[in-house]
Amino acid sequence: MDEHSATRSVCVTNLRGLHARPAELIAKRAMEFKSKIEIIRDGHRVDAKSILHILTLGAECGTELILEAQGTDAERAIDALAELIGGDFAAFYQNNQI
Amino acid sequence: MECLQGIAVSHGVAIGEVLVLDNEGFRIPRRFVSRDAVENELERLAAAMAAASAEVERNRNRVADQLGDEYAAIFSAHLQMLRDPRLQGELEEMIRQRHYSPEYSVSRVLRRYAKVFEELEGGYLAQRASDIFDIEKRLLRHLLGRRREELSQLISPILILAHDLTPSETVNLNPKFALGFVTEVGGPGSHTAIVAEGLGIPAVVGVGHFLTDVSGGDMAIIDGNQGLVIIDPDEDTLDRYRHEVEEYRLAAVKLAALSHLPAETSDKVRLELMGNIEFPYEVEQCLKHGGDGIGLYRTEFLYLGAETEPTEADHYNAYSKVLQAMEGRPVIIRTFDLGADKLATLPKPEDEKNPFLGLRSIRLALSNIPLFRTQLRAILRASVHGTARIMFPMISTLTELRQARMVLADAMEDLEESAVPFDHDIPVGIMVEVPSAVMMLDRFLELADFVSIGTNDLIQYALAVDRGNKDVANLYTATDPAVLRLIHMAIRTAQKANVSVSLCGQMSGVPRYTMLLLGLGLRNFSMTPSSLPEIKRICRAVSIGECEQIANRALSLETANDIRAYLNDEHMKRFPDMPLA
Repeated sequence: MDEHSATRSVCVTNLRGLHARPAELIAKRAMEFKSKIEIIRDGHRVDAKSILHILTLGAECGTELILEAQGTDAERAIDALAELIGGDFAAFYQNNQI
Repeated sequence: MECLQGIAVSHGVAIGEVLVLDNEGFRIPRRFVSRDAVENELERLAAAMAAASAEVERNRNRVADQLGDEYAAIFSAHLQMLRDPRLQGELEEMIRQRHYSPEYSVSRVLRRYAKVFEELEGGYLAQRASDIFDIEKRLLRHLLGRRREELSQLISPILILAHDLTPSETVNLNPKFALGFVTEVGGPGSHTAIVAEGLGIPAVVGVGHFLTDVSGGDMAIIDGNQGLVIIDPDEDTLDRYRHEVEEYRLAAVKLAALSHLPAETSDKVRLELMGNIEFPYEVEQCLKHGGDGIGLYRTEFLYLGAETEPTEADHYNAYSKVLQAMEGRPVIIRTFDLGADKLATLPKPEDEKNPFLGLRSIRLALSNIPLFRTQLRAILRASVHGTARIMFPMISTLTELRQARMVLADAMEDLEESAVPFDHDIPVGIMVEVPSAVMMLDRFLELADFVSIGTNDLIQYALAVDRGNKDVANLYTATDPAVLRLIHMAIRTAQKANVSVSLCGQMSGVPRYTMLLLGLGLRNFSMTPSSLPEIKRICRAVSIGECEQIANRALSLETANDIRAYLNDEHMKRFPDMPLA
């Protein structure tokens, strides 16, 4: 991999998994970056900018995911998404209904 | 290619493009666009996406204002889906590279996602499928705009795939363009089955959940003989079925030759074979197949298609048309056989937990006399155009029959006073479809000029089985020994009193039962018109003596399965080339 790529593994901590709302937040966040970003679960690889693709992962609380990004802002993109997926989505929205 | 198994309810084979009807009745109009139109179609898609997004955004803002952000969350997710770059890419690819129409592409791509979500483990994520359908509908609404089409506006022959077909959907159907039906729910005797039989087109019901996997415009085969539905068939399968369709056509030509020969057994016992119809246009089928009359004219369609109650003129026109077309052959008009829930103009019944045991049919008529009288007046007035008979459905007590006759007598008096001509001797009969009517038939006959055994309901009431419920549909069987005894008893009682008796349930038109019914003493059959040729062929080939032997043996057997197997054997021995169902 060249210098413009980054990878990291992350565990889903949101209690109800990556359902519609978290998937929406991930896709939105991913679209802020120029890099190509992918999320991988057991070899199933999807585009992190696509909410529909993220939903097909069927990721639940505790699922291990791998993040991969390629592009000039790859590192920053991975940081942002890892924080979102591995952290508390509620920090990004004031209610914790997600 | 995908092959699905359901319940065969109307035989034949149909091949063609499908129309998928969901609860909003959408139709995907065409599958392909021309090369030149691609750019235009892409613009149309973009406009629909933009319009749908704007709509969702408005919804989100409104809900957020009124209820708070957390309730608007689902609209946020929908919006993100509409803006999904992958979705856009896939749709554009289908239009640009494969020349699919935007409607077809939207339906196809989104249903693929819905299927993936449905198969995900964990109920919560699986529910996302319904979000996808929501988006699909929204996009289609924008794409189709006013061009949205419904069953009443079909312009080309098509296979109709639906969750369930309601009477109000089929009532407006243009029969020329419906090649066959498939529904996810339902069993033998469901509304879809009856309409398909009436039209003489194949139908398969009770297939289970499958519409998600199909897009409008896909190719499919409906095999109404084996209860199969094949989506996107391969060439070999298509060839095999095309061959079968051709054989069907040839067999129909052969049977058509029988239509002008009399309905009689090989020992020259004269029979009457009549047709069951619902819509006036079915008369043509009945005459073409050599029907001796209409043994059951269902009148529910007059109530179901309309927003308002049908007027006396609506009734009169429909009945006159049929009576005139039948040119003096008898036409038995059955007064409305509906539940209160089907009539928009009546208040919803409060305690209707078991509609089949509730306020329906003659009970509803007797508790809404003006509604009933309108129909009776129209039948009487139309009676001058041919040979009309009146039949009351679902009679279960003598009092009901007396009351119904009184309403009729009142209507006659009114007409007489106004000097309106009608047939003063119009015969009045009853449906025998409740076990109590069989038990009390000797008393009922003092007030009835004829009776007709309605086996569809008689079986359901005698065996306590809802024929529309696929979980118990296998218990619904015409060959149950109790059913045979009831039919036998009804026929004997009527014959002893010298009252004409016919049978107008589905049993009449099923080859397996013909010899049995002849043996039980039945001489008048009324069936879906498309079955007339086959049943006539059987009647002309057998003698009453051999049929009586078969009936006696069947009555001595213990279980529905034994009887069914025995009847199948006897049938196959004599008519190996004829399908059983």
